[in-house]
Amino acid sequence: MTTETLIWLIPLPPVLAFFLIVLFTNKSKALIHTVAVGAALLSWLGSIIVFVRALGVEHLGEHPFESSINWLPTGDTWLKVGVLVDPLTAAVLFFVAWTVLMIFLYSVGYHNFGQPAGDHDHAGLPPHGATVEEHGHKHVVPSIEPMYSRFFAFIGLFAFGMFTLVVSDNLLTLFVGWEIMGLCSYLLIGFWYGKPSARNAAVKAFMTTRVGDVFMLLGIAYLYSATGTLSFREIFTEEILHTLATVPSGVLGLSAAGLIGLLLFIGTVGKSAQFPLHVWLPDAMEGPTPVSAMIHAATMVSAGVYMVIRMFPIISLDEKTMAIVAFVGAFTALFAATIAVAQNDIKRVLAYSTISQLGFMIAALGIGAYVAAVFHLITHAFFKALLFLGSGSVIHGMEHGVLHTGNHKVDPQDMFNMGGLRKKMPITFWTFLIGGFALSGFPIITAGFWSKDEILADAFGHDHIFIFATLAIAAFMTAFYTMRQITLTFLGEPRTKEAEHAQETPWTMTTPLVILSFFAMTYGWVGIPEDFMGLHLRPSWFHEFVGSTLAEHPEALAFNWIPLLTSLVVALGGLFVGWLVYRNINSPSEDKLQIGFLKNKYYFDEIYDYIFVKPAIWFSEVLVSQWMDKGFIDVILHIFGPATQGLGAFIRNKFDLPVINRFFGDGSADVTYWFGGKLRAVQTGRIQQYLMFALVIFIAVGAALYFFLLA
Amino acid sequence: MVPLSWYLILSAALFSVGLFGVLSRRNAVAILLGIELMLNSVNINLVAFWRYGNVMHMAGQVFAIIVFAVAAAEVSVGLALVISVYRRRNTVIADEIDLMKW
Repeated sequence: MTTETLIWLIPLPPVLAFFLIVLFTNKSKALIHTVAVGAALLSWLGSIIVFVRALGVEHLGEHPFESSINWLPTGDTWLKVGVLVDPLTAAVLFFVAWTVLMIFLYSVGYHNFGQPAGDHDHAGLPPHGATVEEHGHKHVVPSIEPMYSRFFAFIGLFAFGMFTLVVSDNLLTLFVGWEIMGLCSYLLIGFWYGKPSARNAAVKAFMTTRVGDVFMLLGIAYLYSATGTLSFREIFTEEILHTLATVPSGVLGLSAAGLIGLLLFIGTVGKSAQFPLHVWLPDAMEGPTPVSAMIHAATMVSAGVYMVIRMFPIISLDEKTMAIVAFVGAFTALFAATIAVAQNDIKRVLAYSTISQLGFMIAALGIGAYVAAVFHLITHAFFKALLFLGSGSVIHGMEHGVLHTGNHKVDPQDMFNMGGLRKKMPITFWTFLIGGFALSGFPIITAGFWSKDEILADAFGHDHIFIFATLAIAAFMTAFYTMRQITLTFLGEPRTKEAEHAQETPWTMTTPLVILSFFAMTYGWVGIPEDFMGLHLRPSWFHEFVGSTLAEHPEALAFNWIPLLTSLVVALGGLFVGWLVYRNINSPSEDKLQIGFLKNKYYFDEIYDYIFVKPAIWFSEVLVSQWMDKGFIDVILHIFGPATQGLGAFIRNKFDLPVINRFFGDGSADVTYWFGGKLRAVQTGRIQQYLMFALVIFIAVGAALYFFLLA
Repeated sequence: MVPLSWYLILSAALFSVGLFGVLSRRNAVAILLGIELMLNSVNINLVAFWRYGNVMHMAGQVFAIIVFAVAAAEVSVGLALVISVYRRRNTVIADEIDLMKW
């Protein structure tokens, strides 16, 4: 099979799995996950083959694998649909394939496959556990998810959206994949739709990302009208880029490229949860944990960053846009990190850390550190998928404890209810530790260190001191809250009975953790700078490979001790301080950082509630519903209704009934009846009379004809 | 040879006699007889015109033969009907057979 054909086939298995599960196999649980995981495995296989083949091609940046067919005719030209694998796509495909496969496998265990059906479980609510009798006494075990098939169908569709987005060679199919993911995230965040909080979170996520998507669509439309094409390879030619850079857009003094870049970037702000559209992401934690991993690591938020990285040649044309991108990224990185330190929900901490890390990537892109942004995107995908799956494993273990004690008031996601889990859940602990250290940027052995260090080095090397300082502080806080999380969750002694009875999760959940933790450590080593610490190493493979995507290969930066020392200090310092502060804290009241301002996320939800939600509700309920609909339109309708009815009654009484019915209808019938009554006397039944009539008429007609025609 | 008009006068007279019989007789059999007279008067007409016209055109003779055949068929059906009516209603008076009146 040619590589191009293979690329076309990569996104298909998950969508086929979606239809198979929805239409045919939704009865057998084992068949469902076999189909879904099998599909993920096929896509993974295809992706890895493509990745390996891409490695073997010299100058892949200039001669990528590409293939396209005409799709929609638009006058003289065509909108095309096609696939493209250049170094960037290959690198992204690699991590997407791995994380998707791991998450699919993990979901089998997470949704308690093999466990009995619950006692009181309903579709739309998380499973509550089932009572089983064993050796003569009853105890409660986790029960299987009631909507097992729906879950696997949805994440199949989700994976399809992501693969489509990654391999597409133009903005249009990219946008299609983008929107499929938007839909699936809505469906999956609201997966447990029986919970009002999940419903609200789903709507919030959908609406917030929609704001970004509208701007992105505007950007796509502008780009199409300016260049007449949406294909990446056709746009990123020198002449088109030069035209875009020189034509003014007439808005804010930006060039056309600047405005397009800005509009597309707003799409990313929505999708990748950057300030000020970050509010949906923490609430998205309402979905099942594999969904959180899916959204926060492998697919959706990565898709947003992937898109701006993809459009980097356009965005980098305008300095103002770049400055905005860099500022939004750096601000988000710091801002989200400060919120994360005050959260007690294990998944919410990770959610804010995701926002913060995405800010790192965006900021890196904004200062032109293309390779560093891609590098951090990939390492982050691995360790954040690992952390989310790890947190899901922790929650799962805690839920086991909750089922054991039967005390359902204990929140299995609150870190203050945990503690000492390292002994109960060793695999989860060690893998989570690796993920957490990677997130903090623990030196040398973790992937996060190399990618974050590269971003800091780029920021410093390109004289963006403000960005550098902001990111350094954010990195410090990252290490701090990560250690806080690890300390509260795994170290010390169990703080609740439930934590004492937590249990390690099954192999379907721990295997993905182990595999992902392998990548969370080793993936960083492919991008070690050539002259790291003044040594003369081999050139960074990652830099060479991904850098060749761009027409102008970015120069590798000269080594500098300052960013390296900074990143060492913030990582190790943050971890140490985090451990120091939280090793003896047992309840939220002892935690000095439980400041209302931080804990309530700077009241952004409340502010948005006041600025957007309340006015929208007021607008719809008071203005539109009460004033416009009931006060204005209804009144008109109430005038029109009776008026029309009156007119109708008038016409009916004055015209229809007397004229049409009486005169024409009944009248003609009466006349006919009367004539019939008179004429029937002719029908005597006497043959000779009839003959006589005939004869008389014959003679009369004959006489008339003779008189008028012949004479 | 007698002129054509003589035949035509004979034919018209015969037709009028037949028509009078049809209209005035009460007996259904007599009405049928009247009809036969009318048909035959037509035949005299046809044959006379053939003889005084182009003799090579056989249409007049052929038409007369067809009228014979039709008349024979008609009178057999008519008589059968009359007998059938007589058996049921015990009458052959045309005025009394008035089932079809209003």
